[in-house]
Amino acid sequence: MFDDLRDLYQEVILDHGRKPRNFRRLDDADRHGRGDNPMCGDRMELWVKLGGDGRLDDVAFQGKGCAISMASASLMTETVRGKTQAEARELGERFRELAMTGHCPDCGASLEEEMERLQVLGGVSEFPSRVKCATLAWHTLNTALDNAGKEASSE
Amino acid sequence: MEAAAVAGERAGVFDLARIRADFPILSQKIRGKDLVFLDSGASAQKPRQVIEAMSRLQETGYANVHRGAYFLSESATAAYEAARGAVARFLKAASEREIVFASSSTAAINLVAHSYGSLLKPGQAVVVSEMEHHANLVPWFMLRDRTGIELRICRVTDAGELDLDDLAAKLADGKVGLVAVTHMSNVLGTVTPAAQIARMAHEKGAKLLLDGSQAAVHRAVDMQALDCDFYVFTGHKLYGPTGIGVLWGRLELLEKMPPFLGGGDMIAEVTLAGFLPAPVPARFEAGTPPIVEAIGLHAAIDYVEAIGMAAIEAHERRLVDRAMARFSTLDGITLLGRAQDRGGVFAFALDNAHAHDLATLLDRVGIAVRSGRHCAEPLHARFGVESTCRASFGLYTTEAEVDFLAEALGKAREFFR
Repeated sequence: MFDDLRDLYQEVILDHGRKPRNFRRLDDADRHGRGDNPMCGDRMELWVKLGGDGRLDDVAFQGKGCAISMASASLMTETVRGKTQAEARELGERFRELAMTGHCPDCGASLEEEMERLQVLGGVSEFPSRVKCATLAWHTLNTALDNAGKEASSE
Repeated sequence: MEAAAVAGERAGVFDLARIRADFPILSQKIRGKDLVFLDSGASAQKPRQVIEAMSRLQETGYANVHRGAYFLSESATAAYEAARGAVARFLKAASEREIVFASSSTAAINLVAHSYGSLLKPGQAVVVSEMEHHANLVPWFMLRDRTGIELRICRVTDAGELDLDDLAAKLADGKVGLVAVTHMSNVLGTVTPAAQIARMAHEKGAKLLLDGSQAAVHRAVDMQALDCDFYVFTGHKLYGPTGIGVLWGRLELLEKMPPFLGGGDMIAEVTLAGFLPAPVPARFEAGTPPIVEAIGLHAAIDYVEAIGMAAIEAHERRLVDRAMARFSTLDGITLLGRAQDRGGVFAFALDNAHAHDLATLLDRVGIAVRSGRHCAEPLHARFGVESTCRASFGLYTTEAEVDFLAEALGKAREFFR
């Protein structure tokens, strides 16, 4: 009945949705942010531990939400670990483009491997009401890096 | 009206095929699939009779109302006031003057919160319930924050019914000026015992506002039998247009209430020193009203009355029984609320799928449901769930559609396994 939805809900997404990686709090985090999609009920909290060189040594999150939002957050934490803050933000920009359009012209430029990993979520672009589920984690990461203590919303 | 004539031919007979043929949108395909529209609780689809009545007015009879001494304005005014009359009869109101047109239920409740709310004195309280739509919650928070009245929240039982013992406790000290509760929950489907609530409120000197946004669609509502003091409903859930809502209030109450919005039409006299408000109901209808929408609402009322609210209620009861039977055979599904008296609104959650994922799956096979918190965040907190999917039935919903929903829910659970 739902076979054509396997493009959106690929096994990787279902797996990360069921068993999100880095799903924990970081008590010694240097950055912390909250994200909320009030219309959906997706909520998350994100922690970042920065290394001496300013790289993201560890990224972890906790929250509740749909499979897309949880899988996206899980994949994000794996993808941005070890990256500089600038690289993490750059990945976020490209991911938003991917989620909204299904394409990412700059994706091959650098960070190619990382973007390839996030490609599994590209199918969300065909579901306009679900794009914000996929991008919430990245908004929350920006909020955490800004460390403004404000809530992120991708509304 | 034409709507009455066409639908009237089948009065007494609930001819679902003919009813569905009246709703052009129902023959749409969604990605090649038949549309199964189960979101009428958010906004209902419109029959041709409503669409045509609105077009006809704009093509042949439109002008502003209450303002012109020329033919078109006079005939538009007559049509607008005839709509008021139709609403008064629909609600069994004592007088057409008790009918105030607003832009929505939300606007109507805000009107009462501002206007009647301004008559409440410090130390007095308003009671709402845990199962209110935000539209019957936030205006009262705003009143509380503005004037310092107390807001009391009546509990809801685990079955999803209004906790009448708690209501009695909230009313006990006699400080409550107004009880404002839903007549039918937009999440649980629960129909509240309006006449009993009215009796309890009145015994303690409180007035009763019922939010009938859902209830008025599903069964006949009679202001004399309900014995409430204010009732609100909206056009777009009753197969009419958006942009029009109705406030019914007891005349003696409305006449004591100050205006809410100021502007044209709501005044008796204006000088540079000030104004005198117009009599009720014009006092509460500032500015150019929703004229085309009022004519659309009139057509919608004619439409449902020609079918008969009793027949609509009976059809819905069959759908509710069917849904309860089918849902009870499904594993892993939780229904929010199991009220004895309920209408065709079901909020549910699957144990292995989030509401949004489920809604995306259902959409793929043409089923439109709402997902999220349905403008009732505190109620979801009360039942300890983040979000739910909601299927809500209309008079055009079929038992086959209910079966299809149940089948799809079973398949969706397998999909996420």
